[in-house]
Amino acid sequence: MSRRQRRVSRGRPHDFPAAAREALEDEQLRANMHRATRTIRARRAAAVAELPDFEELREQARRLKDDALDRLDEVLAQFEAAATAAGAQVHHAADAAAACAFVAGIAADHGVTELVKMKSLATDEICLDAALAEAGVDAVETDLAELIVQLAGDTASHILVPAVHYSRGQIRDIFRRTIARGRDVSDDPNELAEVSRLYLRERFLRAGMGVTGGNVAVAETGTVCVLENEGNGRMVTTLPPVLVSVVGIEKVVPSLDDLGLLLRLLPRSATGERMSSYVSLLTGVTPGDGPREYHIVLLDNGRRNALADPVGRQALRCIRCSACLNVCPVYTRVGGHAYGSIYPGPIGAILTPQLWGMEEHAKLPFASTLCGACAEVCPVGIDIPGVLLHLRARAVREQAPAPEKAVFGAAAWAFGSPRRFAAAQRAGRAAELPLVRGGLVRTLPPPLAGWSEGRDLRPVARETFREWWSRERGPQDAASAPRGAGEPRGEETP
Amino acid sequence: MSAGVPESRPADRAVLDLFAERLTAAHIEVRRVAGGGVAAEVSRVCAEHGVRRLGVPPGLPACWRPGGADVIVDVVEDHELSPAELDTLDAALTGCSLAVAETGSLVLAAGSADGRRALSLVPDVYLCVVREDQIEPDLAAAMAPIATLIKENGRPVVFVSGPSATSDIELHRVEGVHGPRRLIVLLVPA
Repeated sequence: MSRRQRRVSRGRPHDFPAAAREALEDEQLRANMHRATRTIRARRAAAVAELPDFEELREQARRLKDDALDRLDEVLAQFEAAATAAGAQVHHAADAAAACAFVAGIAADHGVTELVKMKSLATDEICLDAALAEAGVDAVETDLAELIVQLAGDTASHILVPAVHYSRGQIRDIFRRTIARGRDVSDDPNELAEVSRLYLRERFLRAGMGVTGGNVAVAETGTVCVLENEGNGRMVTTLPPVLVSVVGIEKVVPSLDDLGLLLRLLPRSATGERMSSYVSLLTGVTPGDGPREYHIVLLDNGRRNALADPVGRQALRCIRCSACLNVCPVYTRVGGHAYGSIYPGPIGAILTPQLWGMEEHAKLPFASTLCGACAEVCPVGIDIPGVLLHLRARAVREQAPAPEKAVFGAAAWAFGSPRRFAAAQRAGRAAELPLVRGGLVRTLPPPLAGWSEGRDLRPVARETFREWWSRERGPQDAASAPRGAGEPRGEETP
Repeated sequence: MSAGVPESRPADRAVLDLFAERLTAAHIEVRRVAGGGVAAEVSRVCAEHGVRRLGVPPGLPACWRPGGADVIVDVVEDHELSPAELDTLDAALTGCSLAVAETGSLVLAAGSADGRRALSLVPDVYLCVVREDQIEPDLAAAMAPIATLIKENGRPVVFVSGPSATSDIELHRVEGVHGPRRLIVLLVPA
């Protein structure tokens, strides 16, 4: 089964541990991830260090995004009014199916069978390319990395550099199988980029329709802002007569000043550049310059679910810089595919279950060491470890299997009273006897075997402190044992 | 930077130097040109890069266009050229609406000298003339004039802060993917 097939199969829970184990066995992948993430980390660190007021800027950005999310409906209404006044047409899509159907409808209205796309997470999220293919429309990815991934029949493994899991040799092989068939292409990145330039230029020049996402939407002017380096985005947004932007509702900010603030943080946090090569501010339709028809699709697709969680909603501040991925000890080793979502890494671990349900993604909040490196680099101050803990609690409440709940229920009951706790210790001492090897319990019998796979347990002490205390001082003194010696306060608290 | 007292920008050497430094760091070639020397410098750049067909916006000042008997460049005005016609140009020459020193950005906003967005995108060599008084120190200062351009004139805006580039293959930088491979800024006094 290809990665793509595996990752779009919805309906059964995603098994992060199994996927991570598989990824860790791929030495090429680990080498590619290690090299790439180390390089981006260093670039980001240098670019952020250049801002003397980074802490102040990110506090401003945090407040700005929270304010916009707190009055989202009002800000969205303002955006829609301004965009409409500027000549754009604004549409609302509640879910992926609605958004895809809408874009396919626009293509059909204009008789378009091939369109060009700028790199966009929102359109990846809704699997727009596959939906368009079903409708007989060929969506050509024009960002080099997205093109590589598309030609390979794969999916992105990083928010910003989707083909980060491939080496130059692997990319050469993909091109030789597809757009450079029968040609003797080397693995020189310059030559590979030139192959894509020639392949895509033809498609840009004849394209009847362009599709983009949006990095930021500005309410006061109805502007959609997109950032890129290659120039493919400018091709997509200026050459075709019809343009569609699919933008998550959480991307809207009130003013152009707010955009200016985010532009100071985003490229530095993302690629470590002071500014991306091209930042386009698309406002409605301009006669004689760019598309004649501009549609903006405001995408919900689970965002309002996330907004309803008072702790988890801060994940919607995310501006998709991917700084948290590059510093994460888990992501940098397992890569993006193990997360089973277009949003991998720390931000993906908190965003994915909130957007698309805990049922399928309950294991993601556990895919972290809680080291906190992600929160340290986040340019909009998302407390990712805090949200991870919150979602872990939710996962246990909502998703823990009955036996696990029973075990923890029994543990809570036993820990609830000193008498029961002492009895449990005595029982444990007897039960563990056949399992102790060299002073440690190394394997537990089923159904607890999985738990001891990665951990050794210390056996229960031969004599606990409380037992020693009553032996030395007699049981009548037990009540005067110092606090903190194992006496829980409040006997029957749950 | 602050509103109120109008600054004498041409005297602000620090901003000017920062702008030039940031452009250079972003692989943009900067050439400082005396006021009357733009046309000659454009001719020189065209000769250096083998430019035969140079696209310009119809509103480009006449004194910036290469001219004279010894000039072999064919100057093509962009009267809504089709994408295929734009693709036959070797280079484009435009002005800009403003520039930002902090980020080393040229801001194109469809002004009469800025041209259409496609003109400064499709040809492989792009020359942009920036007047010293157009340079804002940072993004915070630049957003006010940009807001005016968008709100009052409905202009599309593009920040250009480097040549077209990709780092998608092992993070190895390659210049000239889809937009101009070479970006040359001619910096002229106000």
